[in-house]
Amino acid sequence: MPKLIKKLIMLSSLFTLVCCGLFGASAASADKYLIDTKGAHAFVQFRVKHLGFSWLYGRFNTFDGEFSYDPKKPEESTISVNVDVTSLDTNHAERDVHLAAPKYLDSKKHSTASFKSTAYKKTGDKTGELTGDLTLFGVTKPITIDVEHIGGGPDMWGGYRQGFEGKATITPKDWGLDMAAKLGPAAAQVELMLSVEGIRQ
Amino acid sequence: MRLGNTNDSYGLVAVLLHWVTALAVVFLFALGLWMVDLDYYNSWYQLAPNIHKSVGFVLVLAVLFRLFWRLSQLTPQSPATHKAWERMLAKLMHVFFYIAIISMFFSGYFITTGKGQALHVLGFISIPAVIDNMDNVKDIASEVHEISAYTIIVAVALHALAAIKHHFIDKDKTLARMLGR
Repeated sequence: MPKLIKKLIMLSSLFTLVCCGLFGASAASADKYLIDTKGAHAFVQFRVKHLGFSWLYGRFNTFDGEFSYDPKKPEESTISVNVDVTSLDTNHAERDVHLAAPKYLDSKKHSTASFKSTAYKKTGDKTGELTGDLTLFGVTKPITIDVEHIGGGPDMWGGYRQGFEGKATITPKDWGLDMAAKLGPAAAQVELMLSVEGIRQ
Repeated sequence: MRLGNTNDSYGLVAVLLHWVTALAVVFLFALGLWMVDLDYYNSWYQLAPNIHKSVGFVLVLAVLFRLFWRLSQLTPQSPATHKAWERMLAKLMHVFFYIAIISMFFSGYFITTGKGQALHVLGFISIPAVIDNMDNVKDIASEVHEISAYTIIVAVALHALAAIKHHFIDKDKTLARMLGR
């Protein structure tokens, strides 16, 4: 049943995207890029301090998304990504089971997290600030991601790619998960490290 | 008291195995229930799961020996006062206990080893993983472990109620036999 719901959500978001695409096509001439999750040239990673002594790294293995990018009009860039929260991977089975529980991510109940950009501001030759809505545990709040354009151009197999890296620091308490209370004050904030490579459609 | 079973009584080994298993099952359930809600900064946070795994491992050995002992010994006949439906229910319950306890071993093992890490018990034994990061194994194992645990504890309660009923209402020797009389 959750699979069906997931499919329905995906279908409806696809429908919305298509509609937006049709209406927006005349305004924006930016190219659409599909994030290369198939070839795993994209990563949704995070790190959080363990006891304040070291960094613990983890990632979400399953996600999908797309972005639009026009080098001439970077401020019109948009991106949307859906993350399967149940795909959490911290390289330790017991910890993953623990973090999936209702006390932490409650990923059976809130299996999807998403990010949808609302604005992009260029700050340098290759850098910018991407603002958007992050939905976690069913709560939506705006965040700002520092973006760096890593590179882009034709690949060797007939495709055309663009790649970016994004960094943001969030306080999960704002979305309802009080990390400081559960894992100590050093774990109050989580750094997100997002690496995306898109293939032009 | 003799070590082995006879046609109508349990020997010392069977009686001890029964009560040791019973104690371990109840202890593991209580410990498990308590430890999953421990705060990260609790000093038992690492120790409690280690004890849980080690006792669980010893229980595996005890149950394997119990199965071997059961098969190699005479099975005492049910007291003549037992009705046919009671015998059938008791038999079903015994089979259920063995299946459920074995499912606890496997699910517990896979929660820890689901991503390739070994299971360490008793401080010196390391049981290797047989799978390496197969999708969702750890999640399914954790569900099975939880559901089996609750089911077992309900069955334990029914099993105990039945024993009490036999002792105080039917006034037969069902419970006394398991106490070695």
